[in-house]
Amino acid sequence: MSDEMDMQEGGVVKQFMFVNRKAPYGTIYALEGLEVVLISAAFEQDVSMAFIDDGVYELKKGQDTKALGQKNFSPTYRALEGYDIEKLYVEKESMAVRGLTVEDFAVDVTVLDHAEMAAKMAEQDVLISF
Amino acid sequence: MKIGVLVNEGPYTHEASDSAYNFTKAALEKGHEIYRVFFYHDGVNNATRLTEPPRDDRNIVNRWSELGKQHNLDLVVCIAAAQRRGVMDENEAKRQGKDAHNLAEGFRISGLGQLVEAGIQSDRLVTFGD
Repeated sequence: MSDEMDMQEGGVVKQFMFVNRKAPYGTIYALEGLEVVLISAAFEQDVSMAFIDDGVYELKKGQDTKALGQKNFSPTYRALEGYDIEKLYVEKESMAVRGLTVEDFAVDVTVLDHAEMAAKMAEQDVLISF
Repeated sequence: MKIGVLVNEGPYTHEASDSAYNFTKAALEKGHEIYRVFFYHDGVNNATRLTEPPRDDRNIVNRWSELGKQHNLDLVVCIAAAQRRGVMDENEAKRQGKDAHNLAEGFRISGLGQLVEAGIQSDRLVTFGD
């Protein structure tokens, strides 16, 4: 929990972090998680997203879901900036074991190592994990 | 303490809903306030009154309804997740032209904003599910 919570327009502003841990199409967690993230933008909170484990695949560019018969929702990550959701943290170790570099991602991200990610999580008021 | 609860898995397949129920019950017994229980992903299936488990098994849906009634709990089912999975109240069934509705007593259907709000208003938001 952060020690001080900013007050804005009479309301509380908390640090929300949405933690994405799953590959994009094998389960619905990534898609429905993204729906919560977009809604959260309307509440004027301090929102960030973390991508760890297979969640790093959510950001991969060049996704083509035609053969899966599922909607390709990856363009939504590029639209997050328009919702003032710009803090995207990706765990370095999760990228490394999957052979991914920042060049593979469709959006600009901040790479944090395991310990830095843990510290970032410890700063949050609310962690919602998908 | 004011606590928000997020249930992300349906009944029976995962223990998550049982754990969420046991946690909620224990928290209430200790004198804590449950701000809201929010059902998301397959968690919306905890709200269908058409479940009929064997007699020697617990009835997870009824158990939530009863706890809700006893403590005047706000049991909220995400509308988008519920529509995907065929959980609807009478109004929604009418609106969608369906011939049946199945929302169990004590639950209400609402938007994802209710989850974000629970995060803002609660001292802790506790997640149950994968």
